[in-house]
Amino acid sequence: MQNTATNAVEAESIVKTYPGGVKALDGLSVTVRPGEVFGLLGPNGAGKSTTIKILTTLVRPDSGTASIAGHDVLSRPDRVRRVIGVVSQRSGADPMASGRDNLVLQAHLYGMRGAQVERRVSELLDRFDLGDAAGRQVRTYSGGMQRRLDVALGLVHRPRVLFLDEPTTGLDPEARAAMWEEIARLAGDDSLAILLTTHYLDEADRLARRLAIVDGGRVVAEGTPEGLKAELRGDAVHLELREAPDERRVRSLVEALPGVREIVFDGRRLSARADDGAAAVPIALAALDQAGVPVAAVTVARPSLDDVYLRHAGRRFAHTDEPVTAGAGGAR
Amino acid sequence: MSALFVHTWWMTHRRLKALMRNPGLVVMTLVQPAIWLFLFGGLFRKVAELPGFGAASYADYLVPGVVVMSAVSSNMWAGMGVIDEIERGTLNRFLVSPVRRSAILNAGVIEQAVSTAVQSLVIVFLGRLAGASYPGGVLGVVVLIVASILLGAIFSALSSTMGLLVRQRETIIGLSVFLLLPLTFLSSAFMAEDLMPDWIRNIAAFNPLNWSLDTGRGALADVPDWQAVAVHGGWLLGLAALMILLSTLSFRSYQKSI
Ligand SMILES: Nc1ncnc2c1ncn2[C@@H]1O[C@H](COP(=O)(O)OP(=O)(O)O)[C@@H](O)[C@H]1O
Ligand SMILES: [Mg+2]
Repeated sequence: MQNTATNAVEAESIVKTYPGGVKALDGLSVTVRPGEVFGLLGPNGAGKSTTIKILTTLVRPDSGTASIAGHDVLSRPDRVRRVIGVVSQRSGADPMASGRDNLVLQAHLYGMRGAQVERRVSELLDRFDLGDAAGRQVRTYSGGMQRRLDVALGLVHRPRVLFLDEPTTGLDPEARAAMWEEIARLAGDDSLAILLTTHYLDEADRLARRLAIVDGGRVVAEGTPEGLKAELRGDAVHLELREAPDERRVRSLVEALPGVREIVFDGRRLSARADDGAAAVPIALAALDQAGVPVAAVTVARPSLDDVYLRHAGRRFAHTDEPVTAGAGGAR
Repeated sequence: MSALFVHTWWMTHRRLKALMRNPGLVVMTLVQPAIWLFLFGGLFRKVAELPGFGAASYADYLVPGVVVMSAVSSNMWAGMGVIDEIERGTLNRFLVSPVRRSAILNAGVIEQAVSTAVQSLVIVFLGRLAGASYPGGVLGVVVLIVASILLGAIFSALSSTMGLLVRQRETIIGLSVFLLLPLTFLSSAFMAEDLMPDWIRNIAAFNPLNWSLDTGRGALADVPDWQAVAVHGGWLLGLAALMILLSTLSFRSYQKSI
């Protein structure tokens, strides 16, 4: 019997290099506590899917250790497979079979029998609102329906840990909202821990109780969304300059202003943190104007996860392919 | 053991259900053999009269040839199914479930055996309509079908292995294009061995397609040659086992590359 205090996921210093020399994971560590929803947030290519593949026994890491609900991923993959549910980034459902057939097969593969299978399958079809489409081939399903079926497939055997790899990517806003609601509902079940990956800040913010920001195959920040934002102390001030600035000059100018810190350039965009954003803006505008640096737009905001990401990864989230100080690419 | 049995059962069930869902495909795969049978059967009828050909009629001779050629040609596409399953993510879903690796593989082998058996049986029946007779009787036909299943297993395992390792449809198409006709014509499928040039006969001795012909024809003959059946059937069985083992190993290699 597993101790209920055993962590749902424990991964320590995982390294994975793909043939061709791509270092997908570079010492990633992550812990998911029992019953919680944990988010892995990161841009494309950060290593989220690779992490999921390793934790779900699909791929072996080069080094590092991992366990799921106390079972070692490397030495006891058979045990791990019984306690996990996996919804991978690509749908795993058989498009030529019906939704019901997919679920029935899945139930049998997890060792269910007879009436138990029937009961569980109809329960899931109802719950995920797939009852009417149950007999239809999956390839006729809408994107949202397919995704709901994927989640249902992951839940057939009542896993202790559910992995959701980018569950809402590619869904239209309506289907996305429905999926969020579904995940929130699953989160209410204290016996189920969820490890969710996403490249949507708002999704992580909204669904994850704790999250880790992944960048370049490692965790760069970790905590609750509120805690991470609170760490930033103060408001985020974003200035959009009319032309590419002389960074050194503008930096020293802004740095000299009272209560302003953490200045980061991203093309023509300048981001900083201010104890009191509303007070800092007029002073900053005046100072820049005087120095002959025209400003196109200003925003002041409570810190967002985007700001957390900016702070830890050194670049903005939305266009993470470009290095921080790259020349003209700043506008978005 | 019982988990392996249950898993094999359900994985096979899934595949056979997919096969039944698409009966048109089964019919399609029979068009070509039917053409071979009636076209070649008509065109080369007089070949059987050649001295040293050694068969009562060309139709009798041709049916095993068409059966084994069709077994190779339809099983050579198995890799396409593997690539489909990889691209859909279905294979990965199974690999993170408790399902035994060998059950995934068994299901493929069984599906292949069932569809090859049906296909071969239909060809035997069509051969009958085209005027062939089977002196070896039911037993001879059964041996021919088993030989075609084993031959099919060799090539479906080869194709699946390529699918897992290379994951490119072009490779599977290439395999089929480059192997099918040489294998067929470097064998006694359409021409008696005694009438072949030496070099072809030498190559044919190593051709698994030829082994299955020797097995099938040996059993279908007036006076069955059970020794030839046992020897060539043994070779077929051995190679099939080897190829299936190879495709099992290629799962590991696949998992390293994803
Ligand atoms: N099968 C693979 N072969 C080679 N490189 C891969 C493979 N899978 C992922 N990668 C590389 O590893 C890095 C991390 O990928 P991935 O884990 O899929 O990121 P994410 O899911 O965060 O978008 C990327 O640079 C990607 O190109
Ligand atoms: Mg991914």
